[in-house]
Amino acid sequence: MIRPQDLLCPKPAGLFCPLGDFYIDPVRPVERAVITHGHADHARAGHGAVMATAETLAIMGVRYGEDFAGSVQALAYGQTVTIGGVEVSLVPAGHVLGSAQVVVRWKGLTMVVSGDYKRRRDPTCPPFEPTLCDVFVTEATFGLPVFRHPPDGEEIGKLLRSVARFPERGHLVGVYSLGKAQRVIRLLREAGWDRPIPVHGALERLNALYAGFGVELGPLEAATSPAKQDFAGAIILAPPSALASPWARRFGDPVDAFASGWMRIRARARQRGVELPLIISDHADWDELTGTIAEIHPGEVWITHGREEALARWCDLAGIPARALALVGYEDEEE
Amino acid sequence: MRAFAHLLDQLSLTASRNAKLTLVRDFLRETPDPERGWALAALTGELTFHVAKPAAIRKAVEARMDPALFAWSHDYVGDLAETVALVWPARPGANREPDLAEVVDALGRAARSEVQGLIEGWLDALDADGRWALLKLVTGGLRVGLSARLAKQAAAEIGDASAAEVEELWHALRPPYEDLFAWLEGRADRPTCDAPGRFRSAMLAQAIDEALDFAKLDPADYAAEWKWDGIRVQAVSEAGARRLYSRTGDDLSAAFPDVMAMLDFEGVIDGELLVMRDGAVAPFGDLQQRLNRKTVDAKLMSAYPAGIRAYDLLMEGERDLRVLPFRERRTRLETFVEAVASPLIDLSPLQPFETWDDLARLRADPPAGDPRRAEGLMLKRWDSAYQAGRFKGPWFKWKRDPHLVDAVLMYAQRGHGKRSSFYSDYTFGVWREDADGHRSLTPVGKAYFGFTDEELKRLDAFVRENTTERFGPVRAVRADRDFGLVLEVAFEGLQRSTRHKSGLAMRFPRVHRIRWDKPARDADELETLERMLTAAA
Repeated sequence: MIRPQDLLCPKPAGLFCPLGDFYIDPVRPVERAVITHGHADHARAGHGAVMATAETLAIMGVRYGEDFAGSVQALAYGQTVTIGGVEVSLVPAGHVLGSAQVVVRWKGLTMVVSGDYKRRRDPTCPPFEPTLCDVFVTEATFGLPVFRHPPDGEEIGKLLRSVARFPERGHLVGVYSLGKAQRVIRLLREAGWDRPIPVHGALERLNALYAGFGVELGPLEAATSPAKQDFAGAIILAPPSALASPWARRFGDPVDAFASGWMRIRARARQRGVELPLIISDHADWDELTGTIAEIHPGEVWITHGREEALARWCDLAGIPARALALVGYEDEEE
Repeated sequence: MRAFAHLLDQLSLTASRNAKLTLVRDFLRETPDPERGWALAALTGELTFHVAKPAAIRKAVEARMDPALFAWSHDYVGDLAETVALVWPARPGANREPDLAEVVDALGRAARSEVQGLIEGWLDALDADGRWALLKLVTGGLRVGLSARLAKQAAAEIGDASAAEVEELWHALRPPYEDLFAWLEGRADRPTCDAPGRFRSAMLAQAIDEALDFAKLDPADYAAEWKWDGIRVQAVSEAGARRLYSRTGDDLSAAFPDVMAMLDFEGVIDGELLVMRDGAVAPFGDLQQRLNRKTVDAKLMSAYPAGIRAYDLLMEGERDLRVLPFRERRTRLETFVEAVASPLIDLSPLQPFETWDDLARLRADPPAGDPRRAEGLMLKRWDSAYQAGRFKGPWFKWKRDPHLVDAVLMYAQRGHGKRSSFYSDYTFGVWREDADGHRSLTPVGKAYFGFTDEELKRLDAFVRENTTERFGPVRAVRADRDFGLVLEVAFEGLQRSTRHKSGLAMRFPRVHRIRWDKPARDADELETLERMLTAAA
C-alpha cells in the first residue's frame, strides 16, 4: 500500500508530488506548478510550467504580465489530466474567482489539497465541493474557535446603517484587491446599493477581469477622478494599505471600515484605527473548517498553514489523525 | 440587549467625540424605555455590578469546551471577556435573549449563589456582541472611552436641553430615568431637582487674551485671586446630604471620606481640591495619587491629606446666593469659612492690585510659598452673578507662561479620524549622558497638538521620509547627534514619575514651535528638566 507522503510531501518550496514532478502553490520558482488560486502568496511568477483554472491564469496574467511563466495549461473544474501516472483534477474551492482544490489520485489513494476555501455562498465564484478522500490537506487561517464569521448580510447591513447614521461622511472600506473587493461590491448590489462606487486605482484591473468573466459589478468610478469631489454618503473601496496613506486624505474625515475575518478581534481593528470592522472573510471560519472535516471524514488531515495546532487538536478530539505541515509563506496578502 | 451591545461595540472603536455623541444620541432616540435608561445608567457609571469573577467565568467556559482550545484562543485574543464572548458555544433557542432591564432586575434580586447560573443562562442566549457587553457589565466597568458628561450631553440632545441642565438635574434622578426622557421628548414637565445634596452647574472662566482684553477692561471692576493647581470641586452639605462633586457633576464623595467628614456646615462651597499639609499646598502629582479611585484607605489619606481651598459660596443655609454679585458672595464666604473653622477648608485669598501691570508682575514672579504652585491668576468681576457655563467677560483665567524645552522627535504615531492618515502624535526626547560619557536621547513626553494643518503636513512628510523602524501604527524616526527634528515643547509642569524611563512626566505638553533650523545635538539635556523639578519642589 502506498503511503500518502510518497504521493505528496512538504518541501521548503511547498507541497511536492515526486511521481508527477510538480509542486502545488510553490512559494519559489519551480519547473512545474499547479496553482490553486490567484492570491500572491499562492500564485507566484517565474515557474517553468503552470497549470490552473483559466480564471486563475488570467488573474496571474493581469498581475504579473503575460509572460509570468514559461508555459501555461488551463484545466477546467472536473477535467482530469495525468501527470507521470498521477491523476490531477481541480474542484471549486469557493474562495475567489477561479479558486480550486487540487485532487491528486494514484493507485486508489486520493488526496485533496484545499488551497484556501470557504463554505458560504459567494456571488462571484462557484461553491466549494466536498470530495471524499484519504487525506484532506486543509488551510487553517482562521483555525481557532474565536473565529466565527457572522452572515455576510448582517455585516453589509452594518455598513449601510452606518452610512445612514453618518451621511455627511464618506465610508472608506478596506478590501483585498482580488476577491474581497468584487464580493463586497456584489453583496452591496444585492442589498440594493445601486449608486456608483468610487474605487481605488489598484482595484480597477481585477474589477474589469471579474466583469469579463461575467460577474456584474454595476457602475464603478475612479475615486481619484477630478470630477468627483464630494464623498459624503459614498461607499469607497480601496486596498487596506491605502486607508492610512496620504491617498485617503481627499475624503476628509471618512469612516474607516475594513472587510476581513481578522476584524473579529477588537484589538486588530483598534490597532489599525478601523472604526467599522466588517467581518467578511473569504476563508472558512472555525465552524466551516471543522464542519468540512467532519463531512469529508478523511482518513487523515494535513494542515498547511494558519492556526495549525488548534485545528490539529480538534481532529485529535474527533479521532482523526492530523499533522501540521507548518508550510511557510502563506498568509493573507496585503496584511 | 442587542442594541446596547452594538452601541458599546461601536463606541469602543470610535475615536471622534462627535461620532460618539451621534451614536449615543441615536441609540437613546431609537430605544424604548426602560432599556435606554438602564443603558444610560451603565454609560454614566451609575450602574455597576461586580458580581462575576473572571475565574468563575473561565471555569464555566472550560466546562463547555476543550480547555486546550480555550487556552490557545485566550492566548491569541488577550482579553478574557472578549475571548469568552467569542468562543462560548451557541445554544440557539436555549433561552430568550434578555434585555438590559431584565438583567438589572434579576441581578438585583438574585442570591449570591444564583448569580453564576443566571449569567451562564444569558451567555447561552446572546450572540457574541451581546455576550461581550454582558461580560463587561457584570465584571464591572464598560471602558468604552465615553465620559459620563458626554453621555449626559447625548441625552440632552434628544430634546433641546443643554448638558448643564441635565447635569444639574442628574442627582435628583434615578435609573431608568423615564421622567428625564419624558421631559426631553416634551411629554412631561421638567423633573424637580431641588433635592438636597444636588449638584449646581459650575461657572467657568474664559482664557484672557492679553493683547486685546486688558485695554478694554477696568482693573477697578475686577477681583484677582490665584488659580490653584488641583481640581475644581463643589462641596455640598444640605439637610444631612453631603456630596463632593467635580466641576462636571461627577460624584467624588467615596474617594474623599476625609474631606466629607469636614463638611460640617449647611451650604454649598465652590473651591479647589488640593493635597494640603499643614496648610501648605502640595504638588498636583500628590493629588493625582487620590484621583480616579473608587475607594481609599487610611494610609493613602494620611500620606496625601486632601482639603478644600474655597473660592465661592453658592448656598448659605437654604438661601441661594448665586444671584448675588461676587462682592457680596465673597464677604459671606469669608464669614462662612471662618465659622466652619476646619483646618482642611481654607479661603483662597484675594490679591489686591491697582493696575494690570501690578497683576502682571505678581503673575510673573509669585511670592514664595503656595502661589509658586498656582497655575496662574483668576479675574472675577465684582458684580458678577454665579451663572452656569462659560461666558466672556465676568470671569477670566490668566495662566502663567508655560515652560519651554527643546526636544528631539523620536517616534510618531498615526492619529484618529481626520488624522488617521497623518503621523500626528509625537514622542520626543532630550539628551542624557550615561556613566561612560555616551549621549543618547531619552523620551520625556508625547504631544499631539499645537501645530497648524500646514505644519502637520510637513511633520507627516518628515516622519515618512525619515522612518527607521515600524511597530504597528508607530514609526521610529531618525534622531541622532547629526540629524533629527527639534520641537520646542511647551508644558505646564513636571512631576516625578516611576512609569517613565526618564523619571519624570510632563503636564499638558504641546508643540510650541517646530525648530526646522536647530541641529538635533543642540536640543536640551535631561539635566535642564531635572533642575526645573528641583526648583519647583
